[in-house]
Amino acid sequence: MFQPRVIPCLLVQNGALVKTVQFENPAYVGDPANSLRIFNDKEVDELVLLDISATPTNTEPNLTLITQLASECFMPLAYGGGIRCLEMAARIMRAGVEKLIINTMAHDNPEFVSAASRRFGSQAVVVSIDVRKTDSGYEVFTSSGKRPTGLQPVEFAQLMEHRGAGEILLTSIDREGTMTGYDLELIESCSAAVDIPVIANGGAGKAQDFGEAIHSAGASAAAAGSLVVYFGRQKAVLINFPPRKRLDRILDAA
Amino acid sequence: MIAIVDYGMGNVGAIHNMFRRIGVESVVTDSVDKIRAADQLVLPGVGAFDAGMERLHSSGIRDVLDEKVVQDKTPVLGICLGMQLLGTNSEEGDLPGLGWIDAASVRFNVSDAERPKRKIPHMGWNSVSAAADSPLFAGFEADPRFYFVHSFHVVCEHPEDIAGTVNYGTTVTAAVRKNHIFGVQFHPEKSHKYGMNLLRSFAGISMTQQGS
Repeated sequence: MFQPRVIPCLLVQNGALVKTVQFENPAYVGDPANSLRIFNDKEVDELVLLDISATPTNTEPNLTLITQLASECFMPLAYGGGIRCLEMAARIMRAGVEKLIINTMAHDNPEFVSAASRRFGSQAVVVSIDVRKTDSGYEVFTSSGKRPTGLQPVEFAQLMEHRGAGEILLTSIDREGTMTGYDLELIESCSAAVDIPVIANGGAGKAQDFGEAIHSAGASAAAAGSLVVYFGRQKAVLINFPPRKRLDRILDAA
Repeated sequence: MIAIVDYGMGNVGAIHNMFRRIGVESVVTDSVDKIRAADQLVLPGVGAFDAGMERLHSSGIRDVLDEKVVQDKTPVLGICLGMQLLGTNSEEGDLPGLGWIDAASVRFNVSDAERPKRKIPHMGWNSVSAAADSPLFAGFEADPRFYFVHSFHVVCEHPEDIAGTVNYGTTVTAAVRKNHIFGVQFHPEKSHKYGMNLLRSFAGISMTQQGS
């Protein structure tokens, strides 16, 4: 039976695993390699790894870390953060990464998405769209949520699909790290507007939220950050993942 | 030694990593000599059908593959595009495939009504129903789960060449097998213990076991 994917979204800053709230205040939650081994053991569907320090500090992706993680990752791995040229993208892919996540460059130079798609195939190109709710509606932000673009997420998602993106990672900045549930309105509008899969991200606070994002709002997959690195009301740091049987109950209830 | 054929298409690193994890010696190579010396071959592949065939031709690898697989009956495992290339042709392109299996790749046919639920590519985990006698799927308790990502799927001319199926709106071929020639549409290298089992089984297949 085909089952929608549930994807831990791991944030890395200067080589450490961190967790943010609304893209701010990164808190140290552990070592990326150890965490990845735990997700291997839990047979997680797929992993998203975002280096949130690469673009703000204008540094290159940490190939040593990417290579180390990819070599131990026995599930699909998507990497984002500081991918600015095809040569670097090729090195990242060669390290054993399946998917490139492109955010700032997708906005600054949409042709880069097309070029990456031609070179690696569209299934390897994920465009990450970070969205904030503003007074005038939803707006796309780049550069780790710092830079407003004036673009609406639906039109930007469609443009990216047209440019050759194979998937959209759609993140609500307002919900990110809050564990208050996904922004279903945002997810629904984008999922309905494109034919490529949309991964809902930002706000997952309990396993039932995955079912909401996928079955109510039409996402193809659901990503989670805080939910998989924190445990319990006190938010104790603990790498965890809902048991498969629990996910079966939630995700098969379509 | 297993040679993972590196013709510029696909995630050769991940396959090499998983073989290393299960203690099977393999080499990623584009060298005709190394491919010729290998006991078993893995033909990976992600990307377009014609691009894959063009690269096999331009690199000179096509000829040594024919020599190994057709003449010497060396076991080969095609993965994803690598499985589609085992066939005769594809709707995705104009070039003929390797032609080792009578099969063609066709585009997923998804009705507009199904589209919101059945996005293409078929991307994600799905359980595979294996043919009872398939050595690749030996040792699995229940239907194993594998990670798929593909927009075209293989249709076999002869049902006996189908080694496994998967359901995505319709039943499609997940694995093929004709004697020593194996193919899987999914990515064992990214499918946890299920993929490890499968690659271990492939590594255990020798030419003599195939009786050919």
